[in-house]
Amino acid sequence: MASSLSPVEFRVPPVDAVALETRVADLSTRSIKKAAKVQGLKLAIQMMDLTTLEGMDSPGKVRQLCQKARQPLPSRSDIPACAAVCVYPDLVGLAVEALRGSSVQVASVATGFPSGRTDRVTKLREVQLAVAAGASEIDMVIDRGAFLAGRYGAVYDEICAVKEACGAAHLKVILETGELKTYDNIRRACRIALLAGGDFVKTSTGKVSPASTLPVVLLLLEAVRDHFLETGRMVGVKAAGGIRTGKDALRYLVLVAETCGDRWLSPQWFRFGASSLLNDVLMQLEKERTGRYQRPTDFSAD
Amino acid sequence: MPVPVPKTYKLFVGGKFPRSESGRSFQPNGNPAINVARSSRKDLRDAVVAARAGLAAWSGSSAYLRGQILYRLAEMLESRRDAMQQELVCGGATKAAAKKELDLAIALCTWYAGLCDKVQSLLGSQNAVQGPFFNFSTVEPTGVIGVLAPESPALVGTLALLLPLLAGGNSVIVLVSETAPFAGLALGEVCASSDVPAGAVNLLSGLRQELAGQFAAHRDLDGLLVAGRPDAVLTTAAADNCKRVRYCDLSAAEWRTAARLRSLAFVEPFVELKTLWHPVAQ
Repeated sequence: MASSLSPVEFRVPPVDAVALETRVADLSTRSIKKAAKVQGLKLAIQMMDLTTLEGMDSPGKVRQLCQKARQPLPSRSDIPACAAVCVYPDLVGLAVEALRGSSVQVASVATGFPSGRTDRVTKLREVQLAVAAGASEIDMVIDRGAFLAGRYGAVYDEICAVKEACGAAHLKVILETGELKTYDNIRRACRIALLAGGDFVKTSTGKVSPASTLPVVLLLLEAVRDHFLETGRMVGVKAAGGIRTGKDALRYLVLVAETCGDRWLSPQWFRFGASSLLNDVLMQLEKERTGRYQRPTDFSAD
Repeated sequence: MPVPVPKTYKLFVGGKFPRSESGRSFQPNGNPAINVARSSRKDLRDAVVAARAGLAAWSGSSAYLRGQILYRLAEMLESRRDAMQQELVCGGATKAAAKKELDLAIALCTWYAGLCDKVQSLLGSQNAVQGPFFNFSTVEPTGVIGVLAPESPALVGTLALLLPLLAGGNSVIVLVSETAPFAGLALGEVCASSDVPAGAVNLLSGLRQELAGQFAAHRDLDGLLVAGRPDAVLTTAAADNCKRVRYCDLSAAEWRTAARLRSLAFVEPFVELKTLWHPVAQ
């Protein structure tokens, strides 16, 4: 199938890596304390896609995770719910059931997650099934094989096709930046995802190291901002994988605010994909409230 | 002419030698020539994370290996005699007293090295029960323990509290002597060259007044061993998080007496007994 866009469209200016990393290093030193820290940590919880993507996932684990997403700390009513629960397609129905009546969305990975090495028909069918089961957000992986071979048109077409299969569900496009190797590649992949109509660009599957890093997310945020200035369409960014501490989360929020402005500081436009991050954020919040350092095992694992 | 390189005394946390995250330092006894890192509560927080991470490696190694490693501590102290003696003199000891203290420190290391693989037999037991079961009580470490070391003796005071905890399999965070932190901190260099797993021993220096309460209030410290008289404020703060606190109130003479410092009674308060039932084979 020939691409409906000219290859010229996928050209991007090269990334100034030194400037990018310097900017990140500069913004990372910003100190956020007391009331602002509490507010930032609570916002991070609201932006969190609580994720479990293991071969050993069980219905019980997903139900527990859903409960945790609804009420991250049952003893504290001021702690908000998470944005979504992210699971494999076969567990979507169960998650939808467990989250009924709450604000928490159900996200499903699809298109042969995490490698994406399967044919187009299977990928689209997987998306349709996940949407039919009740997923309101679909996290697809791009075809990195095609991308690295230079077949950008094929990557673009696939995202378009998946977007169509999603219907009303939001589409997050996982670039798997750890496999794209260079900043230039990441910028190009991001442009393809933006042109193809993705509602979110997402850094990683969490299965490849390095996963989400601050420079990569800054790069995506800049691309999203420029896309908005160019077309007027807002696209979200999801940082996923490797974000484990509340301090890390606050650094990401600083990047968002400084790059895209306060409009993007909302679960609608920025998300964290994480599993262990939530407990660290809860620990920091309890530390702020009680003044005492907390014990990790005092917080439920799921 | 050789260039003199004076030492900046740093902390020992997770097998590394960081300065205080606060960037602060202090001059013990007002000596302006010597700068020692002054720990903050965040250094304690980092040390607890390191000690928690190091606990599995230390408590999971065999008691025999732990004994070997403590013996290696003695070897390293022996080979660093001159340097260690210098640290003690720097802390105000006379040369003769420093030599005596070092002798005692090395003797303590070898004694607790030998004790490691006997703790299970001495504190555990096989219990007689009614019914066809074996019943064992086995010894397990309490976990991550904080130590507030005495002001003096600087080296022996630290080791006398640290070694029994290590022999029990705990990982330890020591706040060394405030007025003479040099020898205590130099123990980090000894640990780092003795196969002690990263995080099993962590050494902080700073103001006891500032940090003692933080040790007591930290929820992820399982126990606290304090040199000195019982302190109601510390006990109350520790009770809030169900932390076990023991006070070790020895006289100056007792701190220098080998027979007083070599005792299973120092190991016993910071180990747990786990009782197992096993059916007798038919």
